[in-house]
Amino acid sequence: MIYLHIFLAFLIPGIVGYGGGPATIPLIEHEVVTHYGWMTTSQFSEVLALGNSLPGPIATKMAGYIGFEVGGVFGAIVALFATVAPSLLLMVLLLSLIYRYKDSPRVKRLSKVVLPAVAILMGTLTFDFFYESYSSIGLWETFFIGILTLFILEKWKVHPAFVIVGGLVFGAIFLA
Amino acid sequence: MKLYINIFIAFFRSGMLGFGGGPSTIPLVHKEVVGTFKWMNDEEFSDVLALGNTLPGPIATKMAGYIGYRIAGILGLLVAMFATVLPTVLLMLALLTSFNQFKDNPNVQGMTHAVVPIVGVMMGVLTWSFLKKAKEGLGWINGGILLIVSFLCIIVLQLHPGIVIGVLLVGALVLPDKKKKIEVHVEGKSEGL
Repeated sequence: MIYLHIFLAFLIPGIVGYGGGPATIPLIEHEVVTHYGWMTTSQFSEVLALGNSLPGPIATKMAGYIGFEVGGVFGAIVALFATVAPSLLLMVLLLSLIYRYKDSPRVKRLSKVVLPAVAILMGTLTFDFFYESYSSIGLWETFFIGILTLFILEKWKVHPAFVIVGGLVFGAIFLA
Repeated sequence: MKLYINIFIAFFRSGMLGFGGGPSTIPLVHKEVVGTFKWMNDEEFSDVLALGNTLPGPIATKMAGYIGYRIAGILGLLVAMFATVLPTVLLMLALLTSFNQFKDNPNVQGMTHAVVPIVGVMMGVLTWSFLKKAKEGLGWINGGILLIVSFLCIIVLQLHPGIVIGVLLVGALVLPDKKKKIEVHVEGKSEGL
């Protein structure tokens, strides 16, 4: 039963998430935190942070790790399969069909029409992360780290992996 | 055998060197597939990428699986997929399980606290880039309407986001496209869309 839940939790983000792996993150969060309650928002943000500090696709790293936490090695395999297989099967099997319709305006607007909804989901998740941080370390600490991160990431264009490592060091020293 | 090893190397390298999720690994995949190993030319690659973007789900695995399949059949698909997914998942497991062992250490707790607002900012930046893409793709008015409707459905009515997106997708496929009809008229050909 747990494997069926893992399968569904990662199948849904995989088949409705347009815009690549990052777009599926809030959908995964909805299943994992809100729907099934396997993790808290704070745990999810840790997984996401460490995931962002490593290379490679983010959706499969999240699926593999969360699947493992919830259902062991088989759980990880199920979660990965559910994330990867449906869209890949569509791509391999329907390629000639998609190719024929790729210039159809309806197919073209498929990936556009979901953008606002994905943005809303991402915005909600952003709010959740800040709210979580406000509850655990307080308003000023959250504000300070947030502003600093924004500058380092966007203005000085420091690599996200370094920003996360920097944050870990900062937390170990000042928030312990 | 050489081919499978090359497929593995191509997708292993692009997975391990690409930070920032699947979409940011695409230029690296392009470099391997078109540049280093010459399995495809530029045009074929951008065709595959365009097709991949018309389907949902992670883009890196769709590209890897399809390109692997195209050059070496089912086994090629599997090799490309494993090379893309497995190394980083294993790294992730190793990192997080060792991290969790020191969960009760106050320094490690400080680390996990500090990281929450940082991913908050990263998610905020991602939100902003999707809002910009929505504006470019749909325009202010349609984009704005869809944004408000999505907000009402997901936040106020608490509908499952999968259902909301599913309805949007069906709408995109079924509803008539006025703007395009005019364009078809101008071009003077009807393709029965």
